[in-house]
Amino acid sequence: MKAESKELPQEIMELQMGPSHPATHGTIKFNLKLEGEKILDCETEVGFLHRGFDKSCEQATWTQVIPYTDRLNYASSLINNVGYALAVEKLIGVETPPRCQYIRVIISELARIYDHLTCCGMAASELGAITAAFYMIEGRELITRLVEGLTGARLTVTYVRIGGVKHDLPPDFRERVTGMFKIIRKLLDDCDRLLSRNRIFIDRISNIGKISPETAIAYSLTGPILRASGVNYDVRKAYPYLAYDQFDFQIPLGTKGDNYDRFVCRIQEIEQSMRIVEQALERLPIGPVWIDDPHFVLPEKEKVYNSIEGLMHHFKIIMEGILVPPGDVYAAVEGANGELGFYIVSDGGGRPYRVRVRPPCFIAMGAFHEMIKGHMVADVIPTFGMVNMIGGECDR
Amino acid sequence: MSDTSPNLEYIQEKLSHKVLATEVSHGDEVVTLARDGLRESFGFLKEDSKLDFNFLSDITAVDYWKKKDPRFEIVYHVFSLQGQRRLCVKVPVPENDPVVESLTPIWAGANWLEREVWDLFGIKFSGHPNLKRILLYEEFQGHPLRKDYPVNLCQPRVPEREVAGTFVDERSHNKLLRLKSTLGKKN
Repeated sequence: MKAESKELPQEIMELQMGPSHPATHGTIKFNLKLEGEKILDCETEVGFLHRGFDKSCEQATWTQVIPYTDRLNYASSLINNVGYALAVEKLIGVETPPRCQYIRVIISELARIYDHLTCCGMAASELGAITAAFYMIEGRELITRLVEGLTGARLTVTYVRIGGVKHDLPPDFRERVTGMFKIIRKLLDDCDRLLSRNRIFIDRISNIGKISPETAIAYSLTGPILRASGVNYDVRKAYPYLAYDQFDFQIPLGTKGDNYDRFVCRIQEIEQSMRIVEQALERLPIGPVWIDDPHFVLPEKEKVYNSIEGLMHHFKIIMEGILVPPGDVYAAVEGANGELGFYIVSDGGGRPYRVRVRPPCFIAMGAFHEMIKGHMVADVIPTFGMVNMIGGECDR
Repeated sequence: MSDTSPNLEYIQEKLSHKVLATEVSHGDEVVTLARDGLRESFGFLKEDSKLDFNFLSDITAVDYWKKKDPRFEIVYHVFSLQGQRRLCVKVPVPENDPVVESLTPIWAGANWLEREVWDLFGIKFSGHPNLKRILLYEEFQGHPLRKDYPVNLCQPRVPEREVAGTFVDERSHNKLLRLKSTLGKKN
């Protein structure tokens, strides 16, 4: 055998990872340029789950858009509901009663806990920490059951309405939440012992996928990814919506901007979210959960079945849709993955003229090549897990 | 609705020849800019120490087909992380020449957002490093978020890609031939 044939090939190899790879929970394709196992460049392809969210919304009435928003980030559909309803209410120029605002805060934070548990659990399971993943999924299941008791659905909830929420909290809600948080805190303690100082876990995610604060801002990153880089931007603090300015909570910040910081940021945000829910439940005001305006609110079923006025009122709202004054407005909420903005345009009719979602994980995937450059192929998995791309929201 | 605020007056004063209109709508500051020298205008909004809009939140477009004269409007949302202020910038774009300057040299994050606008609205961004479709596939015809694109329009079938004869392909091809021949024998 000749001596030169023992040398490894020097040329750059192109490897296509995805679109349906067993270790990436989401349909996405990475075109990697490799030198050995080192990633020189990565081109990300998205759009495999594109189903025309914007175009579908233009065909539906303002209320019929709410089920579509459930399918955006299906791990935190309650936040999407709230964000859309807030945008439409901003355009109409109404403010919901305090009890409704508190309920919306509670459900937003529950959805955030759900999303973070999913993200951290799945990221851990992809690195082999299957026990921690099961613990987190157990916590997630508790929230799912609570949400099921509240809304009637486990995932696609459609709980928020324009001008209110579907119905009030069930009577035993507070006790159930208190009991659930006790279990989630214990589960998180267990996960902390399993993961936070685990040698293998830290070796896999520490110093991987680093992004500097300047790069993070240049790429418009938001949410835990931006905060892990040390930039203090959270829509709940920067632009307080609903009743967020009345609660005492902190924004966890990272220092290095690597995957470990993102993981810790998310875990700490769960604790902060639980604090917000506890405060909100303690101070929950008494009163209606709907605005008092027959233009936007459906009449009670008793009136619909027993009086012609009620029936006509119901018919008009269902068939024509609520009428939103012409104009355009941008409203943002802090979604689980970052700033979830809704830019809506109305031409005064019963259907939206344009509904645009600012999808946080689509924008985060745009910076993925910056995170992964210079690392190994195996590092794609934890980095992708910590970006927490959700196909429904990224591809819309 | 008032149509001015201290920030808007300042922008009007500094960029007077580029500002087409200003307004405060629903508590948000909105400024309409001309598309000539757009990158310069955004460079000013970003670098000026008083405005300091250093964070690009979103880029999208709206198609006002048969409603407004410059048919398209590109809508930018910029944010100041220090001042915690938001600004909405609208840029009208005519139908016969749908091109605007790309903001990718200023904000790297504009790359994907502009690709999405090109994909769904067919508005080109000059100076963009990689302007190709992002959510839809390359062979897609038309731009679906334009109002004259019917919602139930069917797309033509995309022909299968020709693959060079690698080992795997040849083997599967041979397998197919074998299968066909065995099926032929049975019949």
